[in-house]
Amino acid sequence: MKFAVIVFPGSNCDVDMYHAIKDELGEEVEYVWHDAESLDEFDGILLPGGFSYGDYLRTGAIARFSRVMQEVVKAAQAGKPVLGVCNGFQILLESGLLPGAMRRNESLKFICRPTKLKVENNQTMFTSLYEEGELVTIPIAHGEGNYYCDEETLQKLIANKQIVFTYENNPNGSLANIAGIINEQGNVLGMMPHPERAVDELLGGADGLKLFKAIVKQWREANVIKA
Amino acid sequence: MSLKLEPSPEQIKQEKLYREMGLTDEEFAMVEGILGRTPNYTETGLFSVMWSEHCSYKNSKPVLKRFPTSGERVLQGPGEGAGIVDIGDKQAVVFKIESHNHPSAIEPYQGAATGVGGIIRDVFSMGARPIALLNSLRFGELDASSRVRYLFKEVVAGIAGYGNCIGIPTVGGEIQFDACYEGNPLVNAMCVGIIDHKDIKKGQAHGVGNTVMYVGAKTGRDGIHGATFASEELTEDSDEKRPAVQVGDPFMEKLLIEACLELIQLDALVGIQDMGAAGLTSSSAEMASKAGSGIEMNLDFVPQRETGMTAYEMMLSESQERMLIVVKKGREQEIVDLFSKYGLEAVAIGHVTDDKMLRLLHKGEVVANVPADALAEDAPVYHKPSSEPAYFREFQAMENDIPQVEDYNETLISLLKQPTIASKEWVYDQYDHMVRTNTVVAPGSDAAVVRIRGTKKALAMTTDCNSRYIYLDPETGGKIAVAEAARNVVASGAKPLAITDCLNFGNPEKPEIFWQFEKSVDGMSEACRKLNAPVIGGNVSLYNETNGTAVYPTPVVGMVGLVEDLEHITTQVFKTEGDLIYLVGETKDEFGGSELQKLTYGRIFGKAPEIDLDIEAKVQKQVLAAIRAGVVASAHDIAEGGLAVALAESLFGTKGLGAKVKVEGNITSALFSESQSRFIVSVKKEHQEQFEQLVDAVKIGEITDSAKLEIYANNKVVINQKVADLEDAWRGAIPCLLK
Repeated sequence: MKFAVIVFPGSNCDVDMYHAIKDELGEEVEYVWHDAESLDEFDGILLPGGFSYGDYLRTGAIARFSRVMQEVVKAAQAGKPVLGVCNGFQILLESGLLPGAMRRNESLKFICRPTKLKVENNQTMFTSLYEEGELVTIPIAHGEGNYYCDEETLQKLIANKQIVFTYENNPNGSLANIAGIINEQGNVLGMMPHPERAVDELLGGADGLKLFKAIVKQWREANVIKA
Repeated sequence: MSLKLEPSPEQIKQEKLYREMGLTDEEFAMVEGILGRTPNYTETGLFSVMWSEHCSYKNSKPVLKRFPTSGERVLQGPGEGAGIVDIGDKQAVVFKIESHNHPSAIEPYQGAATGVGGIIRDVFSMGARPIALLNSLRFGELDASSRVRYLFKEVVAGIAGYGNCIGIPTVGGEIQFDACYEGNPLVNAMCVGIIDHKDIKKGQAHGVGNTVMYVGAKTGRDGIHGATFASEELTEDSDEKRPAVQVGDPFMEKLLIEACLELIQLDALVGIQDMGAAGLTSSSAEMASKAGSGIEMNLDFVPQRETGMTAYEMMLSESQERMLIVVKKGREQEIVDLFSKYGLEAVAIGHVTDDKMLRLLHKGEVVANVPADALAEDAPVYHKPSSEPAYFREFQAMENDIPQVEDYNETLISLLKQPTIASKEWVYDQYDHMVRTNTVVAPGSDAAVVRIRGTKKALAMTTDCNSRYIYLDPETGGKIAVAEAARNVVASGAKPLAITDCLNFGNPEKPEIFWQFEKSVDGMSEACRKLNAPVIGGNVSLYNETNGTAVYPTPVVGMVGLVEDLEHITTQVFKTEGDLIYLVGETKDEFGGSELQKLTYGRIFGKAPEIDLDIEAKVQKQVLAAIRAGVVASAHDIAEGGLAVALAESLFGTKGLGAKVKVEGNITSALFSESQSRFIVSVKKEHQEQFEQLVDAVKIGEITDSAKLEIYANNKVVINQKVADLEDAWRGAIPCLLK
């Protein structure tokens, strides 16, 4: 399986994502600059964390206009797995691939620490290797991770089981403790916590690795069937 | 148009306008002698910034020469953007610490943020990839005023704002609170980078005819005369200097890092230097001077953010996120193309000459023509008078005093709540300390540890300085600062490589302050020699005074050590029930400058703790040998608050572990003395024999599963506390003070 790590000016977790895939998962991965005009050669798309364009306006608000985002939308429509982490999640919200919006953390401070997440839905291509209700430790590092959507959207997210991860101890004021949501088709996941930072016991834990393994497993199964 | 408003050379001389820029009458006369004429306004500006203490070290140079600066691993000592030390496998570590005190006192968020930005540029201008940030901060007492709390919060936010956005983890640091820093906080930022030997770049303008290019952000009017401002005392009028504080743009710098690290791979690049203090002036004059060449620049081509800027303003601006580079003639377009990928400007603004002059053209006229060496090298050097202060003699004459302690439990809790000892989680939770996914030991331990991807190695790093000891006795305190940094590095499983220092002192024109400066450097130098950790660079920040009162002498030590094998990485936290607890080192009745003394009397006095550097070196060697032999489960330096505090810290975060410990001698000293050269080490029972062969240590107890800290003396319980209660006090103190 071949992954693309999209690099916007100001992305800074691109390296983390790249090494998680290459070193810990052992899959193919390439950096793709924000002006790329095709993602056809890739099987999975990863939008990393960081501060795209400095995030001086609204997080992700400028990155969504990058040329490559047209290709990300195409890949999403084609059913390829698309994972946005932190700033990547914010960009997915801004580009409309996922519903809702991000506000500043309730404390108005940047927060970086390991957090306990609950796997709310393990019937997705990203979470199939977790148990339902499993508690996993994955770090957060953000200033704007306070998720918000209107009541109607929230009810829809709940009804469709689109809330994939919730915080055990809400660190940022997020609506319904939401840490990660998926689109209706089930192939675009956005989450504020950083699974790519939790792939190596040396750095304090590897609970995030199963998420990447699940993506590969699903892809292999789909491609074996196709073949 | 504003050019016409500038005073003429005659006016500058007759009205002594150079004084406002920081030049003395004698210095102005020297400039006239060098030029053979009276300098114009722009030239006077060039000399005033380049001859400021901040740029020329004119007051500190004779003392700085006492530092040992070479060693078998040192590839680059002081003099370039940052020092470089070999770590094997054709790799090297690059690091430096720098102050941004005065800007932070006036405008704390931007002052701290641009301090971080500046030190990062020093590291990547050498060609290195920045991998970690640390800092060392000093503030007044948090309960003193809302102004102190404001400075503290905003400085932390500024460091976080810059470091988080740029994507370099802030992995460690230290913070102390003392009344002497109330009006003049200290903000020292350190950056550590990694480089392959072949990529090492220097800031030198070689090759006549080569092109001088300006890359990065545009030049504005911010930060004009920042270096001069940094070389004055703060007063009530300092708020008016706010325009001398620069504004940071971490996004711009992130792009600049990536572009410059691509640039260093091009053979078209000849030299590169950050436009830091004194901006375009220092970078051009120093690059020419170091290469023995000259530079001619046409300021019309300098990218400008504002209209109508004069040559004076452009040359003295300290706008951030700019670099000056020299590239081979004819290769300019490659550079322009490379930078445009990142949306950055790269503009040819001049060329290298052979006449050793810094010549500036603006609007068709030569606006400055001065010898580059005169600016970069020929600042006057002053040997300031030094005299031993009366307070020192008084303190030295005092007997060691043991503070009266009524209730050891209460005292331990009070110590844990002292902001200098209390958990700094409130601070480092705001720093992204994990980005780049190499941080093995996060903030809160003795030293941070960052692995080097693709190798078995890691780097341990720390900043340290107990300025109270240094105030009491600068020479002893200077030794302790270096020794403690080394102890922290050793406790984490690394061998010290080298140090960078940030020497924060008061006004050197006062003989007592200059004496503190000299003695501290003497003490540090001796410790550096004994512990084999040379000084590879640093920064001097003098004039840290508010309305005539100096801060404590605060020479901050930034140290990096090498972990040869990831297996050696050790933390301070106790690991398993049943492990044995050892005390390494001798405990004496030493409370001068201690937390307990300050808590008891509200002030500090007497002698600093003694330090014998031979013993220090031996103890460190033994502990490191035991760690490398795999017989150490945890190791923790005993510092502020003494043994009791160190034991408590080793229990925090263990969830359920406790410790049962027996101490001897005077109970107050055993628990709270701050004697030097001591560690707490825990060891698995099966390693007892091997450990005792390697380390001279006393077994003082065992790790239990009681979730309590129990300390006995003379068969009586003197401390009996739930770890959870101690931890709550320790964790809650700073958030509580900020409410």
